[in-house]
Amino acid sequence: MSTLRTFSRRAFLVGSVAVAGGVAFGTYLVQRNPENPNLADLGEGEASFNPWVRIDANGITLITPHADIGQGATSMQAALIAEEMDLDWGGFTTEFGRPAAAYWNTAMAGDGAPVLPWDDSFGARAMRSTVDSLIKVIGLQGTGGSTSVPDSFTKLREAGAMARETLKLAASQRTGVAVADLRTETGAVVLPDGSTLPYTELAAEAARLDPVQGTPLRDPSQWRLVGQQMERLDIVAKSTGTQAYGLDLNLPGMVRASVRMNPRKGAALNGFDASAAEGMQGVERIVEIDGGVAVIATNTWYAIQALDAIEYDWAEAPYPADQADHWAVLEAGFTDETFDSEWLNAGDVEAVRPDASTIEAEYRVPYVAHQPLEPLSAIILVEDDQVQVWTGHQMPRFVQQQVAAITGHDAEQVVLHNQYSGGSFGHRLEFEYIKQAAQIAVQMRGTPVKLTYSREEDFAQDIPRQITLARSRGAVQDGRVISFDTQIAAPSVIRSQMGRINQAVPGPDGQLAAGVWQQPYEFENARVRTYAIEGLSPVSSWRSVGASANGFVGEGFLDELIHAAGADPLEERIRLCTLDDVSRRVLEAVGEMSNWGEALSDRTGRGVAFVHSFGVPTAEVVEVTATDDGIRINKVWVAADVGRVVDPVNFENIVQGGVIWGLGHAINSEITYSDGIADQTNFYTHDAMRMNQTPEIFVRGLENGHVRGIGEPPVPPAAPALANAIFAATGQRLREMPFWNHVDFV
Amino acid sequence: MQLNINGDVREVDVSPDMPLLWVLRDELHMTGTKFGCGIAACGACTVHVDGVATRSCQALAGDLEGAEITTIEGLGNPDALHAVQAAWIEHQVAQCGYCQSGQIMQAASLLSETPNPTDEDIDFAMSGNLCRCGTYPRIRAAIHSAARSMGG
Repeated sequence: MSTLRTFSRRAFLVGSVAVAGGVAFGTYLVQRNPENPNLADLGEGEASFNPWVRIDANGITLITPHADIGQGATSMQAALIAEEMDLDWGGFTTEFGRPAAAYWNTAMAGDGAPVLPWDDSFGARAMRSTVDSLIKVIGLQGTGGSTSVPDSFTKLREAGAMARETLKLAASQRTGVAVADLRTETGAVVLPDGSTLPYTELAAEAARLDPVQGTPLRDPSQWRLVGQQMERLDIVAKSTGTQAYGLDLNLPGMVRASVRMNPRKGAALNGFDASAAEGMQGVERIVEIDGGVAVIATNTWYAIQALDAIEYDWAEAPYPADQADHWAVLEAGFTDETFDSEWLNAGDVEAVRPDASTIEAEYRVPYVAHQPLEPLSAIILVEDDQVQVWTGHQMPRFVQQQVAAITGHDAEQVVLHNQYSGGSFGHRLEFEYIKQAAQIAVQMRGTPVKLTYSREEDFAQDIPRQITLARSRGAVQDGRVISFDTQIAAPSVIRSQMGRINQAVPGPDGQLAAGVWQQPYEFENARVRTYAIEGLSPVSSWRSVGASANGFVGEGFLDELIHAAGADPLEERIRLCTLDDVSRRVLEAVGEMSNWGEALSDRTGRGVAFVHSFGVPTAEVVEVTATDDGIRINKVWVAADVGRVVDPVNFENIVQGGVIWGLGHAINSEITYSDGIADQTNFYTHDAMRMNQTPEIFVRGLENGHVRGIGEPPVPPAAPALANAIFAATGQRLREMPFWNHVDFV
Repeated sequence: MQLNINGDVREVDVSPDMPLLWVLRDELHMTGTKFGCGIAACGACTVHVDGVATRSCQALAGDLEGAEITTIEGLGNPDALHAVQAAWIEHQVAQCGYCQSGQIMQAASLLSETPNPTDEDIDFAMSGNLCRCGTYPRIRAAIHSAARSMGG
């Protein structure tokens, strides 16, 4: 199953990076490192050896530019810097820093290049390197795709080592002691006699030195922090109500606003009558923005009450009004015109085999909403020479561009104060709420305006995960799966998302095939084709993106084939898994953890699923019992290989959360449209999993592969593992989410 | 009107129909209590009213004069943790953390009524509190841990 031979037929697609018309860039541009943004405003006696470290006499600040949306990115980044810098845990403060090209994401090429994750051939490395160069030249600063750890893992330890060695050089120059005779610990340089010079006292002298580069990184056996259990830096604040999120900020003179946008996403406001809202208690102003109305008030609740009193005339939706028509578009969507790419073609899936049994199936995955618990909000203050934005966002430099286009400033004049976010799951990759806040603030120059969505508004405007229809066909013979052919029709997330910020993306969308084509299975005959459907609802990156749907498509159908062959679901996957040794060991690990094959009680069954997504091979076994009250999920076992587990406690927490996210939405959640408006308006109709449905979840992190992140990968295997377990327990095969439409759950 | 919050009498000038949640957050700038859904479907805004876990998005300011209101800020603080908060830290419960004020207030209320809850008690008491990050396994463990430390 060669992948290289298909390269020539694929246009060059860079994940979520938009390159209109192709980009040509020279070696100089690629090799030039962006400027350290801290140098722009260093204080007297303050040192900044690189974009991630600032020190002055008062303290040490670590810049952690990856947005913290709950995954613990701040602590992870700080730990990597502090490891080499010999800082005590917590002996520093952290900042998200400002938007800057220096924080370009060195790991996004991993999924942006159309190569298989385990492919280390020259061609694959060249492809990744080209994408990497492109991301660097663009200066793409972004958090997402489980890239925070792989982006930071070497870079931030090098930043810490650079700071440490420069501070040692400063100490050497002050004391006359050779650098080789100095060591560091607890945020200080230690002299041979045991006396110490705190880094803060050396900052002014170190600031005058060229940063010391090229120091080798420490061997993992010397690590104090990385790989150890650590207390998350935000854990006390988040356990005492003292963590300030974007929604919690209060600025002097700030007014509060809420909006009512056309619930038909992206459609216009034809007109409105606000006479009943004018004069309501607390209301200060009512202003029109593109596609909706904003009320500015002294209290968010007053603003929401006033919005309810306004009469609106909304334009029609730019997509089918009713859900059945969305499915009808997909059903008719497997055509030459919509064909996006063929990702895999091995053997001959069309060949007729007289002795083989052929299976066909259709899988459906609905729209589903992000809905992090912190409603979207942004504070914006527009002034003549600058705009300040306080909000949590994963793409800081794009925020600058989007706001500047509305306020008429240059992007560099937009100051983003990035904030801790109460979740994202892809929601804070979108810009609409910030653009709306900017449209309000530009009508309130000189006054900080805080826009807060009601939950209903957040649901109405939430751009969902792509709806997906897959048609699959396969064959089994002599107890084995011999053919796997799947065709996937869905809207292109990448084109939809980038289109909203006016960026065109050439080439096919890898997310349409993610979760299926990057599987390490070697079928005798295999094919994966994708079809990009236009004209449906706008769609957005939702935790694990394409694989969130396609994992179910691929691993549900493979399970059908394995059962048709009469083979064991785990053993047959292991037999097929010849393309990547790291993946095979993940499958073996989950089998050992769950004691796969042991006798189970009556009406109890187990299902397994494996998905390679975001570079991480992840296998899950789900055990269910069919009780008189419905399906009860008893236990889940998860094995995933991330190369290096930075913090085992946070790792376990994030994996468990990913499983709960995957299971909960598979069972309970969908967004459907009526009259162009989402039927689901609050959590009571779309809340995923609650405490009472949550199973025991056992987690093992393996460290055989490349260093990767873990936010997304636990999600895709959860739904198919559950569907496969329900089949094992009941004989009922689920091919459509949400499952509660087909079976009852406890 | 006057409200008794965390032992302090606070004077506010708002519509009597305004939910306590918005009095706390936008009038008094006490933002430890979180806005999640506005319809008592998520539990993020949970406070104690006369010792009972209450969704502050549904408790109207005008109905609360004379009541004793306790928010997360009144339960404990970083320098003087409540046992439930200490257990939350010990178990590293939070991911995004946005629901945890409400989870902690609900758990404290559970433990005051049921000092040694079973898993079923926890399911019953806590299933109104939504955590989109999925920290439920750690919440369950932290409640059991807090019950032990409180002598339940």
